[in-house]
Parts: sequence; structure tokens; C-alpha cells
Amino acid sequence: MSTPIKNENVAPKENQELTNWQKIDQMEAEIEKSKQKKKRRGGMKFKRIFGDTVGQIVLTVLSIIWIIPLFYLLVQSFRKEPGAWSPTFFPQEWTLDNYKRLFTETKFLQWYGNTLLIAVCSCIITTVFVLSVAYVFSRMKFKAKKPMMNIMLILGMFPGFMSMSAVYFLLKILLPDHYQSHLSLIIVYSAGAALSYYIAKGFFDTVPKSLDEAARIDGASRFRTFYKIILPLSKSIIIYTILTSFIAPWCDYIFVSYIMAGVPDTGMYTVSLGMYKWLEREMIQQYFTTFCAAAVIVAVPITGLFMWLQKYYVEGVTGGAVKG
Amino acid sequence: MDLGYYRMTPWRRFIYKISQFFKNFGRGFAGFFGRIFRAIAHFFVGIGRGFKEFGQNFWYGDALTKSSHAIMGLSHLFRGQIVRGIIYLLLETAFVLYMVLFGGNYLAMCFENFFSGGNVGRTETYDFWNPDEGIYEKMVGDNSFLILLYGILTLFVIIFFIICYISCAKESYELEQCHIIGKKPQAFRRDVNNLLDNKFHLTLLLLPMVGLFVFTIVPLVTMVLIAFTNYDAAHEVPQHLFQWVGFDNFKDLFAGNSELGATFWRVLGWTLIWAVLATFTSYIFGMLLAILINRKGIKLKKLYRTLFVATIAVPQFVSLLIMSKMLDTGGGVLGSGGGIITQLIEQIFDYHLKFGIDINTTRICIVIVNMWIGVPYSMLMCSGILMNIPSDLYESARIDGASPARRFFKITLPYMLFVTGPYLITQFIGNINNFNVIYLLSGGGPGDIMLYTDGAKGTDLLITWLYKLSLGTDRNYKLASVIGILVFVISAVFSLIVYNKSSAVKGEDDFQ
Repeated sequence: MSTPIKNENVAPKENQELTNWQKIDQMEAEIEKSKQKKKRRGGMKFKRIFGDTVGQIVLTVLSIIWIIPLFYLLVQSFRKEPGAWSPTFFPQEWTLDNYKRLFTETKFLQWYGNTLLIAVCSCIITTVFVLSVAYVFSRMKFKAKKPMMNIMLILGMFPGFMSMSAVYFLLKILLPDHYQSHLSLIIVYSAGAALSYYIAKGFFDTVPKSLDEAARIDGASRFRTFYKIILPLSKSIIIYTILTSFIAPWCDYIFVSYIMAGVPDTGMYTVSLGMYKWLEREMIQQYFTTFCAAAVIVAVPITGLFMWLQKYYVEGVTGGAVKG
Repeated sequence: MDLGYYRMTPWRRFIYKISQFFKNFGRGFAGFFGRIFRAIAHFFVGIGRGFKEFGQNFWYGDALTKSSHAIMGLSHLFRGQIVRGIIYLLLETAFVLYMVLFGGNYLAMCFENFFSGGNVGRTETYDFWNPDEGIYEKMVGDNSFLILLYGILTLFVIIFFIICYISCAKESYELEQCHIIGKKPQAFRRDVNNLLDNKFHLTLLLLPMVGLFVFTIVPLVTMVLIAFTNYDAAHEVPQHLFQWVGFDNFKDLFAGNSELGATFWRVLGWTLIWAVLATFTSYIFGMLLAILINRKGIKLKKLYRTLFVATIAVPQFVSLLIMSKMLDTGGGVLGSGGGIITQLIEQIFDYHLKFGIDINTTRICIVIVNMWIGVPYSMLMCSGILMNIPSDLYESARIDGASPARRFFKITLPYMLFVTGPYLITQFIGNINNFNVIYLLSGGGPGDIMLYTDGAKGTDLLITWLYKLSLGTDRNYKLASVIGILVFVISAVFSLIVYNKSSAVKGEDDFQ
């Protein structure tokens, strides 16, 4: 089936000298082609502009739909009328009282501080753990490596929440007086960090090994190569790890609600737990607008941070996904 | 593919493709089991070799080496590696003390009735008459859960000790050989220096592995074993002991005729449907969005991208909770009117959105809201990969006169599916475990169909059910743990498919 096509392509190359007739034929064919192209281009141009306009409209509409709930959150935080539901999208009267109330009457500032503390600590530990495990699995050679990687793969498939009741007991044993504390939460968020080494390992694998070898030949120890060569080259993956592990405690509800279940002192809560309570049936009429204000205060720095470091996030996500 | 394929009618092509899929699938599965079998064989051969070596070392070693099989570190102490010897000696002493004073007892209490189905622990809490005070007092008995936890910990301690023991035996034999040749044994300082060099992995892995071991492995093994006990509110520790029950919990769950079984199959079905729907809607629309944004003529690309990404950046509990309140019907409170979306729909279409009342409405709403969060994520993911599709593919297709739709289905989609296959599966597993979206949006959904105590409701996934079971009034840990194991099995099966696929794509070299 493909043989005749091949011949046509090969033929002119084999006998370099073409006869005049053939040359004329070729030229005619070319002219014909360019004519066709022009015709098509005219149609194409209209089509393209039309397509672009439609695309632009669709995108605008979609992005408005996408942003509206967040915008709603923002405007509701300035609503003066009390109650959970308002009949209009925009508040009828605007006020800053919700914010004032947030900082004076509620424990929000305390929760914010708690969450920040937990986030910073667990982010540091997680980053150190993830980077070291990823480096070891990417560069070092030792007997137990493959079994360890397999075991970690299997461990990662259990739902993380499943072991929580045992973790709770363990914390009770290890920290008898403080098992419902920030320290427990930091431990819960960062102790298992080694399991998520995958993306960082994928990144380290792409850093050429010859760099390591050169350094090793020059007499640098493993520690030095890691510290002086690999880490400076891995800015993007470090930022990715820091970003994701910093954001995790702000978004988590499931673990904190388990660890902090039944704590009488609401000042120990993190933002997610405390704010969730505001939306429960008994509280929502009173606290809805306060919730919106708090949500804005939580979301703005996180969103800003995320937008600022978006590039690294995308790199991490795509890199990890493509490599599997 | 052979030429015969092109002669087929579309219908037959379809059948052919399906049969090919199953053929490949079967082959992959067979390959996988073959690999597992080989790994197991390899494992046992390794152990056998280890034993042989161990025996040989013992047999051919001199008196000092032989005695250091009983007292660890003896050989090290007398052959120049004093610090190492002391460490081994201390290790052995600590292990013996631990086993005698603590671990051995717990290990026995934990597993002595494992096969007979008896108690975990020995004495149950009971009231006894105190004649001096004239009242009943409580005699606190064993805590089954702690016994189980300590029993497992002891098992791991034993395994760790055996590893140390074997390496000590090996080292003492090697030391003997060094001694015979007259070579000086490695100084302790060099050992320490090596921790930053050739043995750097030990330093780096120490803390992460300790964390992983204490707070992931031990709890996980404990909870897996809980699935084989009857630990729940009726057997709450420390008031009661719980018992080993074998596979009874699994039988209860799988029995379709009981209330519990019916609930389970329903929840499982919805979990799988949800995972498929959530994954594919987000993926397809994310890809279309990425294609649209990456179109040549579109302006303000950056702005659009930022607007869409905002939903990822905002913490989920904020965005999902506000969404759930926007969809709320008002909770039946008179005159409250409900959330803004419900109100709008009522005004415009005169339709009362029964979010949180009607199961199917709630489910559809959840899938749509999930798209709100998931689409930008896949868009980010896809735009990077889309740019990598070789543009000459499109050019040649255009010259051949392929329509945009055809180009999408014949070039973009297959390429994307090929590259992002692993991502899709991780998303799928992530959605099976998607606690946030379900719990924060509907809290498990319409509440009027309580099928089982602490039971799943209309939109509960396995994972939210697990949460409710272990925090609910029934404290049904045994069932929660069974469900956790099942979630694991589901995730494992799907990951295996990826593993097979990706290992077929990857060369062996990549997998060092």
C-alpha cells in the first residue's frame, strides 16, 4: 500500500537532473497550491477570528462563574444585616463590624496563631524529611532500598485517617498531659512525611548524576554533595515541598477534629476547626458573616502565597504526574 | 496492529479493541503475579542464604566469635572496636531487659488467644465490695488496646533486634578474618565520619523512618489487626476487654442480606461512581479549558489562569463550606430562604433545589461543585503537557484536512491519556479518599435514610463512613478498620494497573 508513495518521493532525488517539462509541471503545481492556500486563508481568517471571539467570551463567562463564590464570600464579610441567609447577593448595608468583632469578641486571633505555629513547624520538619528521603532513594545504593520503597508504596495506599485512633492512643502514651496539643498536631502532620517523597525523588532523578560523580572524585563527601550541589539546584522542588506542607494544616479538618475532639478550651483550636463550629446549626445565624470575614483573613495570605509561588507548584505537580 | 483491522466495520473494530484490552489486562495481571511470585521466592532464597552464612560464620569462627553469638559485642571489644562493642553489648542488655520486664508479657497477652478467639488481655475491669468503706469499688483491668499496641511494638523490636544480632555476628566473623591477616580494624571515628559519606543514607533516613515507624507503621498494623477483633463501644477499653474474632467482621460486611451489608454495597457503589465521575469530569473539562486558554488568538491568558487557579489556592474548607452554605435550603427554618444559589434558582426557574434533601440532587450538586475545584487543577496539569505535544503532528493533520474535533480526538486526547495515565489513577484514588469535598459540602448528605447505627447516608463515601464510624456514638472501630482495609485493597488494585503500565513504558534502567 505504501510503496507507490515512496517511489514518488524518492524518484526526483535519484535522478538529480529534471527535464524541462517536469520543471514546468512542478512550477504549475506550486502556483496552484499557493492559490488554494490563499483561498483557504481567507476562510480560515474569518473562522479564526470567530473562534477567538467565542473562546474569549466563553473564558470570560467561565472565569466569572469560577470567581463568583469567592467574591460572594468577600462581599458577605462586609454585610451588616445579621443572620445566615440574605436575599440579595450584595449586602444592603456595608460595615466593617464583622472584622472588628472577629478580633475583639472571638478567639480567632488565637486560632490563627495556633495554625501558623503548627504550619511553620510541620512545614520545616516535612521539608527536611521529604528532601532527605528523596535524596537517599535517588542517589544512594544500599541493600534495603528497594524493599523500603515498596513498603512505603504500600503504606501510602492505606487511607491516612484509618490509623488515627491508634495514633491517638500512642500520643496519649507518649505525651500523657499534652496529647491534645499543638505538638500532637505537628507530629500528626509531619511524622509520616517520608511517604510523600515521590515527587522530590522524581526531581532529583533529573539532576545529572555526573555532577555528583565529579564532586565525589574531587573528594567531597556525600553530605557535601547533597548540601553544596544537589540542594542549590533544587530550588523549585524545595519551594514546592514547603508550599504544600505549609498549606496542609490550614486546609485540614479531619485530623484536627479527631485530635481535638472534646477539648474544652476552644483557644486551642486551629482555624479550620473553630470556623467549622461557627457554621453548625446553632451558631450559623449568629456567626455567618463573622465566618466570612474570618475566611477572608485566612484565604488572602494563603492565596497570595500560592499565586506568588504558582510556577513552582505547577512544576512540581506536572513533574510528578508525568513520571508517575 | 495488522492490516485486517482496517478492513473491519466500526462495530467489529470496537469489539476487537475491547478484546485487546482484556488480553493486555490479563497479560499484565499474569506478569504482575509472576513478579510477586519471583519476589517472594527471592525473599526466601535471601533468607536461606542468610541462614547459611550465619551458620557458616558460627561454625568456622573461633572461640571469641562463637561466644559473641551469645554475648553480642564480645568479639568487637577484644579486637579493637571498643565503642562498637559497647554499643552492641548495651543493645543486647536493653533488649533482654525490655523483653523480661515489659515486652514479653505484653506479647504473650496480646497473641496467646489469637487463634482460639479469646480475650486480648487477661483481667477485665470489675466491681468488688470494699468492706472497709462499705462501697463497691472498681478494679481496673487490662487495657486490650494498649496490649495490642505494645504487642505489635514488641514484635517490631524483636525484628529489629534480630537484624542487629545478625549483623553483629557477621561483623565479628569479619573481624576475626581481619585479625588473622593482621589488618587493623576500622576505627570508630571513621565509622562516624562514614555517616556523612558512604553511610550517609543512615543519617538521612534515621529521623524520617523513626517518625514513619512510630506514627504510621505501628498504628497501621494495630488498626489492621483491630479488623479481626470486636472492638467497639460494647467492648470499649479499659472497661471491657475485646476479643479476637477472626474474619467475622468481613463476613458481616459482605453479607448482602443484612442491613449492614446492604449499606456497605450501596456506599461502595456510590464511592466508585463518584470517583469515576469526579475524576473524568474534572479531567476532560480541565483539558478543554487548557486547550482554550492556550489557543493562539486568546488574549489575557495570564489573567484567566489566575482567576481559575484561585479556587485551588483558597483553602478547601473555606471554599467548600461557603459553597455548601450557598446551596443550602435553609435547614427548614421558616423565612430563612436558604443559600443564594438556591434562592436564585427558585426565582429564575421556579425550581426548588433540594440540596441536602434529595439524594440524587445532592449527588449531582457535589459532582458539579467538585468540578469547580478540580477543573483548574487539571487545567494547570494539562497546559504544561499540551505545550509538549509535537506541533508537526497538528500541522500534518491540518494539511490532510482533519477537522479540529478530529484533531482533538485523534491527537490530543490519546497523547494526553498516554502521558497523564498515572496522574488520572492518582486522581481516581484521591477521589475515593476525598473526605473534604463530601464531608464539608453535604456532611454525608440527606440524613433521613439512616440504614445503620452511625451508618452511611446518601452521599457518604467509604472514607467519610470510616470517619463517622470511629467518631460516632457506636465507636465502631472494628468496622472502621475493615473499611480502611477495603479502601486499601481498592487503591492497591488501581495502583497496580498503573504500575504495570508505567513499568512497561519505563526501561529497567530508570528504575534504579
